[in-house]
Amino acid sequence: MFLRVWVCAGSVPTRSMTREGVTSVTRGVTTLAGMAQGEAGSRGPDATSGAARGLAQVAIFAGIIAALGLLPAVPVPGMPVPITLQTLGVMLAGAVLGARKGALSVLLFLAIVAIGLPLISGGRGGLGVFATPSVGFFLAWPIAAFVIGWLTQRRGAPYSIPWGIGFNVVGGIVVMYAFGLVGIMLVGGLSLPAAVAAVAIFIPGDVIKAVLAALIAAPVHRAYPGLLVPRSASPKAVGPADGAA
Amino acid sequence: MNGLGLYVPGCSPIHRLPAGVKLLVLVLVGVSSLFIRGPVAITVAVAIALALYLVAGLGLRLALRQVWPLKWILLFIAAFQWWARGWSSAVDVVGVIVLLVLLAALVTLTTRTSALVDTLITVCRPLRLVGVQPERIGLALALGIRAVPIVAGFSAQIRDAQRARGLTSSPRAFAAPLIVKSLRHADALGEGLAARGLD
Repeated sequence: MFLRVWVCAGSVPTRSMTREGVTSVTRGVTTLAGMAQGEAGSRGPDATSGAARGLAQVAIFAGIIAALGLLPAVPVPGMPVPITLQTLGVMLAGAVLGARKGALSVLLFLAIVAIGLPLISGGRGGLGVFATPSVGFFLAWPIAAFVIGWLTQRRGAPYSIPWGIGFNVVGGIVVMYAFGLVGIMLVGGLSLPAAVAAVAIFIPGDVIKAVLAALIAAPVHRAYPGLLVPRSASPKAVGPADGAA
Repeated sequence: MNGLGLYVPGCSPIHRLPAGVKLLVLVLVGVSSLFIRGPVAITVAVAIALALYLVAGLGLRLALRQVWPLKWILLFIAAFQWWARGWSSAVDVVGVIVLLVLLAALVTLTTRTSALVDTLITVCRPLRLVGVQPERIGLALALGIRAVPIVAGFSAQIRDAQRARGLTSSPRAFAAPLIVKSLRHADALGEGLAARGLD
């Protein structure tokens, strides 16, 4: 059953749509009507609505988090450890897709890792990953994406880089390290100062990634508008730039 | 899916155990690991885990490879425990981590990804009460697994295009087009799903 769905999802939509249209005319007609509706809706600000499209975005972003983790770690001058880009993907999931879809895509990525795909940076995967002292960080990933997404959506479009950096720091560093430190203290039996000493080496890299994620999210929102609700239209708008010329 | 996953094909008794049973044992060991204390108990437990690798026909080399990436953090934890609470505590804490990582990895190495997905969907069945459809979770997993090679293909295309134009690889110039391209692909994928009756 699983394999069939998998094969099905991989096929080219247009080709299989004609195939479906041939086998069932009635279904083909309803599908066309539904698509025309979707086409009209996709121009408006509620372009993100629709379960099918949301599911596709969640699945594809899980792939993006994996792809960024497969890239070799980037050595940064003056830093003790090379930075891996996987948590950049986690921050981007929230900053691009928003709270709910961002958190779900990170959760989906972790589920794919748990069922045995070696997609964590450095080619790690499987259930063993969740028995390591780093487990707190992994469990914090979806929460971090949710917090970043929630703050980003509250602020709305257009995406602001300075605010975006702030949101990424709150979700991607404050939330992430809060959970990560508790995890490492529980699994490793460490005191708080010892746990901080164990992970401090990674903090500069995460600050760089928080900045980078905002610099990447801005052109993405410009090139692919509709993911954020414009600030003037949002009743929950926040920020000092409201109404500024 | 073999080649992409960590599963090592085999026909040992451990391979043939149902995925649900293996996961249940793993959870039980995880809970009871709070009570495994003392160098003797730890040594016996880790020895049993290593013996299970041999039973599964995986070899001790593969067992070592599961723990090797953790060497620095384990060394740090051992040093702290030794300094704060003595060597016996260091053995306890590090031993339990090694034990659980070995056993969890053993489940992954001896269980097909498809069997784990089916088990996951079964476990998620009670979530129906809060409005989550377990079949939707299976579909999401299938789409997510499929997305990995798709996005990896996009990233290779973008890197080639940038190299052809003589651009150096900056993460920003790479990730932004990758995400936009992937989101456009998600639109097409969403239409394909809608055409198949997913609302």
